[in-house]
Amino acid sequence: MTHNIYIYLIVMSAVTLAIRILPITLLRRQIENRFLKSFLYYVPYVTLAVMTFPSIVDATQIPQAGTAALLIGIALAWFEASLFQVSACCCIVVFAVEFFLA
Amino acid sequence: MVEESIKLSNSREIRNGIHDGIPIALGYLVVGFTLGIAARNAGLTPIQGFLASFFNNASAGEYAAFTLIEADAPYLELALMTLIANARYMLMSCVISQKLAPDVSIWHRIFVGFDMTDEIFGIAAARKNPLNPFYNYGAMIVALPGWAGGTMLGVLAGNALPASVVSALSVALYGMFLAIIIPPSRDDRVVGGFVLLSFAASFLAANLPVIMELSGGTRTIILTVVISAAAAWFFPVKEEQHDA
Repeated sequence: MTHNIYIYLIVMSAVTLAIRILPITLLRRQIENRFLKSFLYYVPYVTLAVMTFPSIVDATQIPQAGTAALLIGIALAWFEASLFQVSACCCIVVFAVEFFLA
Repeated sequence: MVEESIKLSNSREIRNGIHDGIPIALGYLVVGFTLGIAARNAGLTPIQGFLASFFNNASAGEYAAFTLIEADAPYLELALMTLIANARYMLMSCVISQKLAPDVSIWHRIFVGFDMTDEIFGIAAARKNPLNPFYNYGAMIVALPGWAGGTMLGVLAGNALPASVVSALSVALYGMFLAIIIPPSRDDRVVGGFVLLSFAASFLAANLPVIMELSGGTRTIILTVVISAAAAWFFPVKEEQHDA
Protein backbone atom coordinates (compact mmCIF):
# COMPACT_ATOMS: atom_id res chain seq x y z
CA MET A 1 0.00 0.00 0.00
CA THR A 2 1.67 3.19 -1.18
CA HIS A 3 -1.13 5.62 -0.34
CA ASN A 4 -1.94 6.83 3.16
CA ILE A 5 -5.46 5.91 4.35
CA TYR A 6 -5.78 9.15 6.35
CA ILE A 7 -5.07 11.22 3.23
CA TYR A 8 -7.69 9.13 1.39
CA LEU A 9 -10.15 9.92 4.18
CA ILE A 10 -9.36 13.65 4.05
CA VAL A 11 -9.77 13.75 0.24
CA MET A 12 -13.14 11.98 0.18
CA SER A 13 -14.46 13.95 3.18
CA ALA A 14 -13.38 17.30 1.75
CA VAL A 15 -15.13 16.61 -1.56
CA THR A 16 -18.34 15.34 0.07
CA LEU A 17 -18.54 18.21 2.56
CA ALA A 18 -17.91 20.83 -0.15
CA ILE A 19 -20.74 19.36 -2.25
CA ARG A 20 -23.14 19.53 0.69
CA ILE A 21 -22.14 22.77 2.36
CA LEU A 22 -21.36 25.17 -0.51
CA PRO A 23 -24.87 25.45 -2.06
CA ILE A 24 -26.68 25.93 1.27
CA THR A 25 -24.20 28.58 2.47
CA LEU A 26 -23.87 30.44 -0.84
CA LEU A 27 -27.58 30.48 -1.82
CA ARG A 28 -28.72 32.77 0.97
CA ARG A 29 -31.51 34.73 -0.66
CA GLN A 30 -34.79 33.39 -1.94
CA ILE A 31 -34.79 32.43 -5.62
CA GLU A 32 -37.42 34.50 -7.47
CA ASN A 33 -37.30 32.74 -10.86
CA ARG A 34 -40.52 30.77 -11.20
CA PHE A 35 -38.99 27.92 -13.19
CA LEU A 36 -36.14 27.39 -10.71
CA LYS A 37 -38.56 27.65 -7.78
CA SER A 38 -40.81 25.02 -9.36
CA PHE A 39 -37.80 22.84 -10.21
CA LEU A 40 -36.65 22.82 -6.58
CA TYR A 41 -40.24 22.15 -5.47
CA TYR A 42 -40.41 18.93 -7.49
CA VAL A 43 -36.86 17.68 -6.79
CA PRO A 44 -37.60 15.97 -3.42
CA TYR A 45 -40.51 13.92 -4.76
CA VAL A 46 -38.76 12.93 -7.97
CA THR A 47 -35.43 12.06 -6.39
CA LEU A 48 -36.92 10.02 -3.53
CA ALA A 49 -39.16 8.15 -5.99
CA VAL A 50 -36.21 7.42 -8.28
CA MET A 51 -34.15 6.12 -5.36
CA THR A 52 -36.98 3.93 -4.00
CA PHE A 53 -37.95 1.99 -7.11
CA PRO A 54 -36.73 -0.45 -8.32
CA SER A 55 -34.05 -0.49 -5.55
CA ILE A 56 -36.53 -1.67 -2.89
CA VAL A 57 -37.27 -4.78 -4.97
CA ASP A 58 -33.57 -5.56 -5.45
CA ALA A 59 -32.62 -4.93 -1.80
CA THR A 60 -34.24 -8.07 -0.39
CA GLN A 61 -33.16 -11.69 -0.74
CA ILE A 62 -36.13 -12.49 -2.99
CA PRO A 63 -37.88 -9.86 -5.16
CA GLN A 64 -41.36 -10.90 -3.92
CA ALA A 65 -40.44 -9.62 -0.45
CA GLY A 66 -39.35 -6.20 -1.73
CA THR A 67 -42.43 -5.95 -3.95
CA ALA A 68 -44.72 -6.75 -1.01
CA ALA A 69 -42.95 -4.12 1.11
CA LEU A 70 -43.39 -1.56 -1.69
CA LEU A 71 -47.14 -2.20 -2.08
CA ILE A 72 -47.90 -2.32 1.63
CA GLY A 73 -45.70 0.72 2.26
CA ILE A 74 -47.62 2.70 -0.38
CA ALA A 75 -50.97 1.61 1.09
CA LEU A 76 -49.99 2.54 4.65
CA ALA A 77 -48.52 5.89 3.60
CA TRP A 78 -51.70 6.60 1.58
CA PHE A 79 -53.72 6.28 4.79
CA GLU A 80 -51.35 8.59 6.68
CA ALA A 81 -49.35 6.08 8.73
CA SER A 82 -46.31 7.78 10.29
CA LEU A 83 -42.75 7.59 8.98
CA PHE A 84 -41.83 5.11 11.68
CA GLN A 85 -44.93 2.93 11.18
CA VAL A 86 -44.46 2.67 7.41
CA SER A 87 -40.77 1.94 7.81
CA ALA A 88 -41.26 -0.72 10.51
CA CYS A 89 -44.13 -2.43 8.66
CA CYS A 90 -42.02 -2.69 5.49
CA CYS A 91 -39.32 -4.51 7.49
CA ILE A 92 -41.83 -6.88 9.09
CA VAL A 93 -43.42 -7.65 5.71
CA VAL A 94 -40.04 -8.55 4.20
CA PHE A 95 -39.16 -10.76 7.17
CA ALA A 96 -42.52 -12.56 6.97
CA VAL A 97 -42.52 -13.04 3.19
CA GLU A 98 -38.99 -14.41 3.22
CA PHE A 99 -39.80 -16.62 6.19
CA PHE A 100 -42.59 -18.32 4.24
CA LEU A 101 -41.16 -18.23 0.69
CA ALA A 102 -37.37 -18.34 0.96
CA MET B 1 -40.28 36.71 26.22
CA VAL B 2 -39.60 36.39 22.53
CA GLU B 3 -36.26 34.69 23.18
CA GLU B 4 -37.90 32.25 25.56
CA SER B 5 -40.49 31.22 22.99
CA ILE B 6 -37.74 30.74 20.40
CA LYS B 7 -35.86 28.49 22.85
CA LEU B 8 -39.04 26.53 23.48
CA SER B 9 -39.71 26.01 19.79
CA ASN B 10 -36.06 25.03 19.22
CA SER B 11 -36.23 22.30 21.84
CA ARG B 12 -39.55 21.13 20.44
CA GLU B 13 -38.01 20.97 16.97
CA ILE B 14 -35.07 18.94 18.33
CA ARG B 15 -37.56 16.46 19.79
CA ASN B 16 -39.47 16.29 16.48
CA GLY B 17 -36.18 15.70 14.70
CA ILE B 18 -35.17 12.91 17.08
CA HIS B 19 -38.59 11.30 16.65
CA ASP B 20 -38.34 11.28 12.85
CA GLY B 21 -34.64 10.43 13.02
CA ILE B 22 -35.11 7.12 14.89
CA PRO B 23 -36.20 5.02 11.87
CA ILE B 24 -33.35 6.66 9.95
CA ALA B 25 -30.86 5.73 12.67
CA LEU B 26 -32.06 2.11 12.70
CA GLY B 27 -31.72 1.84 8.94
CA TYR B 28 -28.32 3.55 9.09
CA LEU B 29 -27.07 1.12 11.72
CA VAL B 30 -27.68 -1.75 9.30
CA VAL B 31 -26.46 -0.03 6.12
CA GLY B 32 -23.46 1.27 8.06
CA PHE B 33 -22.77 -2.27 9.22
CA THR B 34 -22.66 -3.65 5.67
CA LEU B 35 -20.56 -0.65 4.63
CA GLY B 36 -18.16 -1.54 7.45
CA ILE B 37 -17.62 -4.93 5.86
CA ALA B 38 -16.48 -3.17 2.65
CA ALA B 39 -14.25 -0.85 4.73
CA ARG B 40 -12.73 -3.87 6.45
CA ASN B 41 -11.96 -5.43 3.04
CA ALA B 42 -10.29 -2.17 2.00
CA GLY B 43 -7.98 -2.43 5.01
CA LEU B 44 -9.53 0.27 7.21
CA THR B 45 -9.35 0.02 11.00
CA PRO B 46 -12.57 0.43 13.05
CA ILE B 47 -11.59 4.03 13.89
CA GLN B 48 -10.90 4.83 10.23
CA GLY B 49 -14.26 3.31 9.28
CA PHE B 50 -15.92 5.49 11.93
CA LEU B 51 -14.19 8.63 10.63
CA ALA B 52 -15.01 7.87 6.98
CA SER B 53 -18.70 7.49 7.81
CA PHE B 54 -18.86 10.39 10.28
CA PHE B 55 -17.56 12.86 7.68
CA ASN B 56 -19.12 11.36 4.53
CA ASN B 57 -22.54 9.93 5.47
CA ALA B 58 -22.98 8.56 1.97
CA SER B 59 -23.58 4.89 1.23
CA ALA B 60 -22.81 4.68 -2.50
CA GLY B 61 -20.10 7.34 -2.27
CA GLU B 62 -18.33 5.57 0.59
CA TYR B 63 -18.71 2.16 -0.99
CA ALA B 64 -17.13 3.40 -4.22
CA ALA B 65 -14.37 5.09 -2.22
CA PHE B 66 -13.58 1.92 -0.26
CA THR B 67 -13.19 -0.12 -3.44
CA LEU B 68 -10.79 2.54 -4.80
CA ILE B 69 -8.83 2.54 -1.53
CA GLU B 70 -8.63 -1.24 -1.73
CA ALA B 71 -7.24 -0.89 -5.28
CA ASP B 72 -4.67 1.70 -4.06
CA ALA B 73 -6.02 4.27 -6.57
CA PRO B 74 -4.54 7.79 -7.02
CA TYR B 75 -5.95 10.52 -4.73
CA LEU B 76 -7.35 12.46 -7.71
CA GLU B 77 -9.30 9.41 -8.85
CA LEU B 78 -10.84 9.10 -5.39
CA ALA B 79 -11.78 12.81 -5.46
CA LEU B 80 -13.49 12.50 -8.88
CA MET B 81 -15.31 9.31 -7.91
CA THR B 82 -16.59 10.91 -4.70
CA LEU B 83 -17.71 13.99 -6.66
CA ILE B 84 -19.73 11.91 -9.14
CA ALA B 85 -21.20 9.49 -6.60
CA ASN B 86 -22.31 12.34 -4.31
CA ALA B 87 -23.26 15.04 -6.83
CA ARG B 88 -26.99 14.71 -6.01
CA TYR B 89 -26.35 16.26 -2.58
CA MET B 90 -25.60 19.52 -4.37
CA LEU B 91 -29.21 19.61 -5.59
CA MET B 92 -30.55 18.70 -2.16
CA SER B 93 -28.43 21.43 -0.59
CA CYS B 94 -29.97 23.95 -3.05
CA VAL B 95 -33.49 22.82 -2.13
CA ILE B 96 -32.88 23.15 1.61
CA SER B 97 -31.19 26.57 1.14
CA GLN B 98 -34.59 27.82 -0.01
CA LYS B 99 -36.42 26.31 2.95
CA LEU B 100 -34.32 28.12 5.57
CA ALA B 101 -35.21 31.68 6.51
CA PRO B 102 -32.78 34.07 4.72
CA ASP B 103 -31.41 35.30 8.07
CA VAL B 104 -30.29 31.85 9.28
CA SER B 105 -26.59 32.20 10.14
CA ILE B 106 -23.74 30.67 8.17
CA TRP B 107 -22.90 28.34 11.07
CA HIS B 108 -26.39 26.83 11.08
CA ARG B 109 -26.13 26.42 7.30
CA ILE B 110 -22.78 24.65 7.59
CA PHE B 111 -24.09 22.23 10.24
CA VAL B 112 -27.32 21.52 8.33
CA GLY B 113 -25.26 20.94 5.16
CA PHE B 114 -22.85 18.65 7.02
CA ASP B 115 -25.40 15.85 7.33
CA MET B 116 -27.46 16.39 4.14
CA THR B 117 -28.13 12.71 3.49
CA ASP B 118 -30.89 11.33 1.25
CA GLU B 119 -32.95 10.53 4.34
CA ILE B 120 -32.44 13.69 6.40
CA PHE B 121 -33.02 15.69 3.23
CA GLY B 122 -36.27 13.73 2.77
CA ILE B 123 -37.70 14.51 6.19
CA ALA B 124 -36.44 18.11 6.16
CA ALA B 125 -37.94 18.74 2.71
CA ALA B 126 -41.30 17.49 4.03
CA ARG B 127 -41.35 20.18 6.82
CA LYS B 128 -43.30 23.40 6.48
CA ASN B 129 -41.36 26.54 5.56
CA PRO B 130 -39.28 27.98 7.08
CA LEU B 131 -37.26 24.99 8.19
CA ASN B 132 -35.83 25.27 11.73
CA PRO B 133 -32.19 24.01 11.73
CA PHE B 134 -32.83 22.42 15.13
CA TYR B 135 -35.16 19.91 13.48
CA ASN B 136 -32.17 18.70 11.42
CA TYR B 137 -29.98 18.67 14.54
CA GLY B 138 -32.47 16.40 16.31
CA ALA B 139 -32.39 13.93 13.44
CA MET B 140 -28.59 14.19 13.22
CA ILE B 141 -28.11 13.43 16.94
CA VAL B 142 -29.52 9.93 16.38
CA ALA B 143 -28.66 9.35 12.71
CA LEU B 144 -24.95 10.28 12.79
CA PRO B 145 -23.98 7.82 15.56
CA GLY B 146 -26.13 5.15 13.87
CA TRP B 147 -24.27 5.53 10.60
CA ALA B 148 -20.72 5.97 11.92
CA GLY B 149 -21.17 3.47 14.78
CA GLY B 150 -22.71 0.93 12.42
CA THR B 151 -19.71 1.23 10.11
CA MET B 152 -17.31 0.75 13.03
CA LEU B 153 -19.21 -2.34 14.18
CA GLY B 154 -19.18 -3.67 10.62
CA VAL B 155 -15.38 -3.38 10.49
CA LEU B 156 -15.14 -5.09 13.89
CA ALA B 157 -17.70 -7.84 13.50
CA GLY B 158 -17.91 -8.51 9.75
CA ASN B 159 -20.73 -10.86 8.81
CA ALA B 160 -22.37 -11.30 12.22
CA LEU B 161 -26.02 -10.48 11.40
CA PRO B 162 -28.19 -13.24 9.86
CA ALA B 163 -29.04 -12.59 6.19
CA SER B 164 -32.79 -12.57 6.91
CA VAL B 165 -32.38 -9.68 9.39
CA VAL B 166 -30.16 -7.67 7.04
CA SER B 167 -32.69 -8.22 4.24
CA ALA B 168 -35.66 -7.13 6.39
CA LEU B 169 -33.91 -4.02 7.70
CA SER B 170 -32.63 -3.06 4.25
CA VAL B 171 -36.09 -1.77 3.27
CA ALA B 172 -36.42 0.52 6.34
CA LEU B 173 -35.11 3.57 4.48
CA TYR B 174 -37.26 2.92 1.40
CA GLY B 175 -40.32 2.63 3.65
CA MET B 176 -39.48 6.05 4.99
CA PHE B 177 -39.21 7.51 1.49
CA LEU B 178 -42.68 6.13 0.71
CA ALA B 179 -44.09 7.77 3.84
CA ILE B 180 -42.70 11.10 2.58
CA ILE B 181 -43.76 11.00 -1.08
CA ILE B 182 -47.11 9.14 -1.05
CA PRO B 183 -49.37 11.55 0.94
CA PRO B 184 -48.54 14.57 -1.29
CA SER B 185 -48.97 12.29 -4.35
CA ARG B 186 -52.48 11.46 -3.17
CA ASP B 187 -53.37 15.12 -2.58
CA ASP B 188 -51.77 16.65 -5.67
CA ARG B 189 -52.29 14.98 -9.05
CA VAL B 190 -49.26 16.62 -10.64
CA VAL B 191 -46.95 15.40 -7.87
CA GLY B 192 -48.58 11.96 -7.99
CA GLY B 193 -48.20 11.76 -11.76
CA PHE B 194 -44.54 12.67 -11.60
CA VAL B 195 -43.87 10.21 -8.77
CA LEU B 196 -45.32 7.45 -10.95
CA LEU B 197 -43.34 8.70 -13.94
CA SER B 198 -40.19 8.69 -11.76
CA PHE B 199 -40.81 5.07 -10.72
CA ALA B 200 -41.23 4.05 -14.37
CA ALA B 201 -38.21 6.05 -15.62
CA SER B 202 -36.03 4.70 -12.81
CA PHE B 203 -37.05 1.14 -13.66
CA LEU B 204 -36.26 1.71 -17.33
CA ALA B 205 -32.91 3.34 -16.54
CA ALA B 206 -31.94 0.36 -14.37
CA ASN B 207 -32.68 -2.06 -17.22
CA LEU B 208 -31.85 -0.26 -20.48
CA PRO B 209 -28.48 -1.00 -22.07
CA VAL B 210 -25.82 1.75 -21.77
CA ILE B 211 -27.80 3.69 -19.12
CA MET B 212 -27.77 0.72 -16.76
CA GLU B 213 -23.96 0.78 -16.89
CA LEU B 214 -23.95 4.16 -15.12
CA SER B 215 -23.70 4.11 -11.33
CA GLY B 216 -26.90 4.39 -9.30
CA GLY B 217 -25.88 7.86 -8.10
CA THR B 218 -25.35 9.15 -11.63
CA ARG B 219 -28.68 7.72 -12.83
CA THR B 220 -30.41 9.34 -9.86
CA ILE B 221 -29.06 12.79 -10.61
CA ILE B 222 -29.77 12.60 -14.37
CA LEU B 223 -33.35 11.41 -13.83
CA THR B 224 -33.94 13.95 -11.05
CA VAL B 225 -32.77 16.90 -13.17
CA VAL B 226 -34.65 15.83 -16.32
CA ILE B 227 -37.96 14.90 -14.66
CA SER B 228 -38.02 17.84 -12.21
CA ALA B 229 -37.22 20.26 -15.05
CA ALA B 230 -40.06 18.80 -17.15
CA ALA B 231 -42.45 19.10 -14.19
CA ALA B 232 -41.36 22.71 -13.55
CA TRP B 233 -41.71 23.60 -17.24
CA PHE B 234 -45.16 22.11 -17.81
CA PHE B 235 -46.61 22.61 -14.32
CA PRO B 236 -44.98 25.67 -12.73
CA VAL B 237 -45.93 25.97 -9.07
CA LYS B 238 -48.38 28.69 -8.04
CA GLU B 239 -47.00 31.34 -5.72
CA GLU B 240 -48.61 30.12 -2.49
CA GLN B 241 -47.61 26.44 -2.51
CA HIS B 242 -43.98 26.38 -1.53
CA ASP B 243 -43.84 24.31 1.63
CA ALA B 244 -42.95 21.06 -0.12
